[in-house]
Amino acid sequence: MDLRFSAEELAFRDEVRGFIRENLPEDIRERLQLGHKVEKPDIVRWQRILNKQGWAAYNWPKEWGGAGWTPIQRMMFLEEIQTFPAPEVNPFNITMLGPVLIQFGSDEQKKRFLPRAANLDDWWCQGFSEPGAGSDLAALKTAARLDRDHYVVNGQKIWTSTAHMADWCFCLVRTNPQAAKKQEGISFLLIDMKTPGITVRPIISIDGEHHLNEVFFDDVKVPVDMRVGPENRGWDVAKFLLGNERTGIARLGKSKERVNFAKQKARDLRAHGRPLSEDPEFRRRIAALETELKSLEITQLRVLSAQKPGERRQDPLTAVLKLKGTELLQATTELAMDVAGPLAMPDWADELEALSNEPELGPVWATEATRSYLFLRAASIYGGTNEIMKNIVSKAVLGL
Amino acid sequence: MDFDLTEEQRLLSDSVDRLLADTYTFEKRKTYVTEPEGWSRALWSQYAELGLLGLPFAEEYGGFGGGGIETMLVMQAFGRVLALEPYLASVVLSGTALRLAGNQALEAALLPRMAEGKLVVAFAHGERQARYDLSDVLTSAKRKGGGWVLDGAKSVVTHGGVAGKLIVSARIKGDRNDPAGIALFLVDGNANGVARRAYRLRDGMGAAEIALAGVEVGGDALLCDAGKAFPVIERVAEAGIAATAAEAVGAMETMQAMTLEYLKTRQQFGRAIGDNQALQHRATEMFVALEQGRSLAMLAAMMVDEPDAAERQRNIAIVKAGVGQAARFVSQNAVQLHGGIGMTEEYAIGHYFRRVMVIEHSFGDTAHHLSRLAEQVA
Repeated sequence: MDLRFSAEELAFRDEVRGFIRENLPEDIRERLQLGHKVEKPDIVRWQRILNKQGWAAYNWPKEWGGAGWTPIQRMMFLEEIQTFPAPEVNPFNITMLGPVLIQFGSDEQKKRFLPRAANLDDWWCQGFSEPGAGSDLAALKTAARLDRDHYVVNGQKIWTSTAHMADWCFCLVRTNPQAAKKQEGISFLLIDMKTPGITVRPIISIDGEHHLNEVFFDDVKVPVDMRVGPENRGWDVAKFLLGNERTGIARLGKSKERVNFAKQKARDLRAHGRPLSEDPEFRRRIAALETELKSLEITQLRVLSAQKPGERRQDPLTAVLKLKGTELLQATTELAMDVAGPLAMPDWADELEALSNEPELGPVWATEATRSYLFLRAASIYGGTNEIMKNIVSKAVLGL
Repeated sequence: MDFDLTEEQRLLSDSVDRLLADTYTFEKRKTYVTEPEGWSRALWSQYAELGLLGLPFAEEYGGFGGGGIETMLVMQAFGRVLALEPYLASVVLSGTALRLAGNQALEAALLPRMAEGKLVVAFAHGERQARYDLSDVLTSAKRKGGGWVLDGAKSVVTHGGVAGKLIVSARIKGDRNDPAGIALFLVDGNANGVARRAYRLRDGMGAAEIALAGVEVGGDALLCDAGKAFPVIERVAEAGIAATAAEAVGAMETMQAMTLEYLKTRQQFGRAIGDNQALQHRATEMFVALEQGRSLAMLAAMMVDEPDAAERQRNIAIVKAGVGQAARFVSQNAVQLHGGIGMTEEYAIGHYFRRVMVIEHSFGDTAHHLSRLAEQVA
């Protein structure tokens, strides 16, 4: 038992840190340091820089243009990206679709989509949830009827993040409404978002931003060779996808970045006649968060070190990473917002855009800290709510 | 970076588990509590035979040169069964003091006898007024001829009532909180002027209030001189935190297992109470707390011998605060989920509950360590 990283691992971390420092475009770095959200062009530009280095598909094998890294290297890469902070790679392309195609895709699908996904030539979105199928995902109704060499898709998806900027959508659809078990009538399709019959409608979320959408399918024709895996076995693919994101699930780097951000801002603000950073209550809150972050960091290392190459066994500790990771992500974004004090209140999103070339209205970071707080209330909802997670653990791990 | 045990560590863990499985059922434990010293002398000898009592000592003193991981494995096993023997007080606390004090004569004189199970040494440091402040020492040591005279009082000294020897901290110079004025002395438990009032802690472990009135010791009883002693005392407390973190994890494992068993078997409204989602979620939160606590106990085991003092102390403080919170959550909910039976003296859960309560109040509680961490926020 030894906590120390090897010399090679430490050198790797330095290499990643150095690469980000040297190669992250100055304007993106500045925007992120101010606390601005990243826009699609930033992510595309940065992911292509990473891809040129062979790092964008950080969790794929080398054979398919991935970095071919160990779990520790992946963790270090993510943490460096998140704490720097630099934009994270598109998760739909890299952590969700990529591994699915590598595992289940046809050779043709792999050759056609993987390089473009790594380079962000295609922006993917995920068509899973429906109005009647949230936590109970297998209850999905969007129908795909086979008609010779293509499926005809009809139905509706919801909560589809980035659908409005996506080129493609990987989708769960019902191909057999008569199946004995609802999980057995589902297939996994790749759908070109430019196909006639697709309508995307925005859903504005509580941070005032447009991330989410409703997506309507009206007689959308999808070639049969765009199905991944056998017909009616899409649930296996979905389970693989949802169980796949292990390394990044805790998003520890992001939580650490929020704490560092709050500490840094607190030095310049005053409370009770002294710097906020010297306020005992503030320091106590930081100490409590750093205590929790440290134990989750060790838990994450336990998961990574137990991971054997090619093994698909679901480590029960993954649930701890998800539950604690999202709690901490929310607690740390809450902290960053609270540091802003009264300036947490204004919604300057529109003014910031309008005044982009004029003197600042007020500190951008404050309004952006609140935006980030509001946005991440979703962290304990998306990808399976924490309550569903607890249901699963109590049955699968605790045997209740 | 790895979390694997070596072959020797696995063997150690297995042999301790095997011994305790036969000898430390909850029913047998009840008989050990009633023995004169409040623990089992017979088992103490068996620990010695297994090599546990010299585990962290150097081989030249009859030990095995074990480190933080080995101590973690033993303490975790003890925690699972609520072992009563003075392993923490003697092997971990006093053993650490003796190992680090730099006094070879006393090391050579005491460690082999401790390893053989012939001598129990208690670490008598805490005082009534000090709360958790390690440098708050009023007990004084004044020179007399070639030796020293000790006066003062030590409070809540674990196993202080039955220990053959005491390691006593006393102030040679400086005022109440001056760490540089504190030295460590070795005092015979039955020396003239030592008055020990023995009692039980809430968890059944033995402890004592110890009054020292004109206790005369020779010059060779100075274990560690002022200036050098305080860092040793800090290391003793850190070793205690690492060891009890593992013990608390062992205790939480048993509480969690017992609670799950109860949720599956206890029937109400015609079904197992574990069918209720509210209880399922609580059990899952206990699982999360236990695993987070386990991660921290591992961190402590790997950090307890870290040479970088600032890094070591920060991490140990994190461990104490984090494990304290985890243990409180798991133990309180273990009682809650058992309902009435969890409140009874007859049933084991309440005993585990009280052990982790005592652990939380040893070596600085959660609030104490969070405050320390808060002061250091950069």
